[in-house]
Amino acid sequence: MFKSWLRNTTMATVVALAPFSAMAQAASQGGDIVVTYKDDITTLDPAIGYDWVNWSMIKSLYSRLMDYEPGTPNLVPSLAESFTVSPDGMTYTFKLRKGVKFSNGREVVASDVKYSIERAVDPKTQGPGAGFFGAIKGFEDVTGGKATTLSGIETPDAGTVVFNLSRPDATFLHVLAINFASVVPKEAVEAAAGDFGKKPVGSGTFVLKDWTIGQQLVFEKNPNYYVKDVPHIDKFTVEVGQEPLVALLRLQKGEVDIAGDGIPPAKFLEIKNSADGAKMIVDGAQLHTGYVTLNTKIKPFDNVKVRQALNMAINKDRITRILNGRATPANQPLPPLMPGYDKSFTGYAYDVAKAKALLAEAGYPNGFETTLFSTNTDPQPRIAQAIQQDLAAVGVKAEVRALAQANVISAGGTEGEAPMIWSGGMAWIADFPDASNFYGPILGCAGAVPGGWNWSWYCNKDLDARAVAADSMSDPAKSAERTATWSKIFTDIMADAPWIPVINERRVVAKSLRMGGADNIYIDPTRVINYDAIYVTK
Amino acid sequence: MALLFLRRIVQTALILLGVAAITFLLLYALPADPARMIAGRSATAQTVANIRHELGLDQPLLSQFGTYLGNLLHGNLGRSYAQKTEVWTLIVARLPATLTLMLAGIVVEVVLGLTLGTIAALRRGGPVDRLVMMASFVGVSAPQFVVALLLLYLFAVTLGWFPMSGYGTFAHVVLPATTLGVLGAGWYARMVRSAMIDVLNQDYVRTARAKGLSSRRIILRHALPNAILPVIAMIGIDIGQFMGGVVVVEAVYGWPGIGQLAWQAIQQVDIPIIMGVTLTSALAIVLGNLIADLIAPVIDPRIRTR
Repeated sequence: MFKSWLRNTTMATVVALAPFSAMAQAASQGGDIVVTYKDDITTLDPAIGYDWVNWSMIKSLYSRLMDYEPGTPNLVPSLAESFTVSPDGMTYTFKLRKGVKFSNGREVVASDVKYSIERAVDPKTQGPGAGFFGAIKGFEDVTGGKATTLSGIETPDAGTVVFNLSRPDATFLHVLAINFASVVPKEAVEAAAGDFGKKPVGSGTFVLKDWTIGQQLVFEKNPNYYVKDVPHIDKFTVEVGQEPLVALLRLQKGEVDIAGDGIPPAKFLEIKNSADGAKMIVDGAQLHTGYVTLNTKIKPFDNVKVRQALNMAINKDRITRILNGRATPANQPLPPLMPGYDKSFTGYAYDVAKAKALLAEAGYPNGFETTLFSTNTDPQPRIAQAIQQDLAAVGVKAEVRALAQANVISAGGTEGEAPMIWSGGMAWIADFPDASNFYGPILGCAGAVPGGWNWSWYCNKDLDARAVAADSMSDPAKSAERTATWSKIFTDIMADAPWIPVINERRVVAKSLRMGGADNIYIDPTRVINYDAIYVTK
Repeated sequence: MALLFLRRIVQTALILLGVAAITFLLLYALPADPARMIAGRSATAQTVANIRHELGLDQPLLSQFGTYLGNLLHGNLGRSYAQKTEVWTLIVARLPATLTLMLAGIVVEVVLGLTLGTIAALRRGGPVDRLVMMASFVGVSAPQFVVALLLLYLFAVTLGWFPMSGYGTFAHVVLPATTLGVLGAGWYARMVRSAMIDVLNQDYVRTARAKGLSSRRIILRHALPNAILPVIAMIGIDIGQFMGGVVVVEAVYGWPGIGQLAWQAIQQVDIPIIMGVTLTSALAIVLGNLIADLIAPVIDPRIRTR
């Protein structure tokens, strides 16, 4: 699917694909639904919002040059009508769709695209997404405070945007599809006086009608949206502050349509085995890998044999059982849904005897003592304990240190601090469906710095060079080669074993019986709940 | 009286300053970097550094605290790190819900505590007394989240008498207020019972009885006002207790108050919000004690002469 998209782009121009054709079948129009979440919505500002709850709402409030077919990792033009890529991969030219309007009534023009991306990069915005736009010419000048506009974005006329890159970036179209590239009107941002996150204006499928802080947000369908019959529902109300257990009870009574936080682990089997349970549970794969980092800068994890031995010591099947089967064992960093996942790779099989032998070979016949960090919300400490027991079976005594998420992140980014970290609960989901997103920050040298997210502190210059080479293959004709290169990088990493890939966790959303649509639009790989595609039956 | 008031205001300011200093220093001593939390995992070192600079986190701690206090004196609690909204706006939007819940909780605990305590005192040693004391013991010991879930399951899910969660009508407040009040009611029942037993053995009660007053009048007019004194003193302290309890109760019932706000902010290391809620709670506790001190002489003339 990924390849076929790339083949289209070789035609130089992509004719306006009906971006949402996939969901045209039999989705009925109309209906108001209620969605619940435990936590309040932090912000709806696309340059700032970066958690999995506001992510899907921001997706629907705004539009971007590129987007994905619902339920898939397939890129399609969205606000762009068509685009061309120069043969050297350094220039991208987009033609905007005509007549698209912001919800304040003004037409979307090319300078809005330029302004929005510059705003996301501007240090004053304090946005987390600035780094994604690093390939655009002039990026360093803006982040370094030397300029306020990106010299690499040109707008020759109101309907054309040209991006000049400073280096080829094969992920650039994905970058234009992430939330940080959402198009916003400058006048509305300025009118909101720093509070745009609570007073959003966009050109997406929905418009925010009302926000009662701490209670609810009301989203109404944008009647002028540029794709016919999208979205399907007229309105969705997000009620916040709802404990998952309470949300579930309300869902069973028919007061709630989607319980966004899913099903508490303790309740899962009961719901699953209830009469309508199977129809209420949406259980879908996401771009997620849960892993244990082995800090290559701390003894004895500097010894590759020790790292390999521990890779054989973990009973991953038991961990999937702790999660009520809502996960599958992993053997490589990439999740199965990600282009580049190697189906034939087997990794390190669970083998206690072999693990012990390898530890003895490494000079630790009686094991050693170490510390395993984990976040402190259920079920993560229980998983950490399972890992602890598995380690004990090969003679390694690990003390489990369960801390708040922020503290674990801090320990991971401090050199020499955390020997092992179980990554669960740190919401490790890819920003966009491209293998490179699983390398740079978490396995590359760039992330192995104080404050970084490469908690193995693993730095392999050779692999880094191969990663740069792969990301330079922006010629669509080389896409297969590029995916294969990435695939090999991730399986080669496993020879050095900086991680123990443990599981690929699936997300669970609970929905009422009247909600229609395939499972993959409730757990959409690029946006979690796809409010544009879901519909009410009857 | 005026002097007492003045002294109290100075004390309040000092307490708030102390709370601000301790909370601030503790929060920044935590091994968690707010800039890194905001920046997320794909951020470059430059992005993190920029965010840190914009938030002023690259300044020395004391100068950061100085800036914070300076803003505080101007009534400015700062902007939330994660939400980029004024903290004051967020607290004001949620404060009415928390105050409503606390007030309702106090009504529940006082009414329930007084009634049960009085009944137990009058039926001293009997089965009713024992039942009430046992119930109060359970009320005092049961963790609030357990009480919350039990009440929710029984009265909202099974019987359907009250809504399961939310805010806005009288029906919504019943279960959260009861959850919050049960703990205090347990204490009050015990306190009132022993105070009542004391008072009922006093000479003036015997005199009143000898005068031929009805027992209802003896209890309501003579005994209860005396037995109630410790309860009044407790209510002020309870406001502080409630500030802790509302975090749990608001979470279970989806009550949109400041406890919920604090809980979410802690997880995001959103220091301005944590500071704002802590200071608001500290202010509420101090005010609660002040009110209790001011009311006590009105009810008990013996304190006035001091």
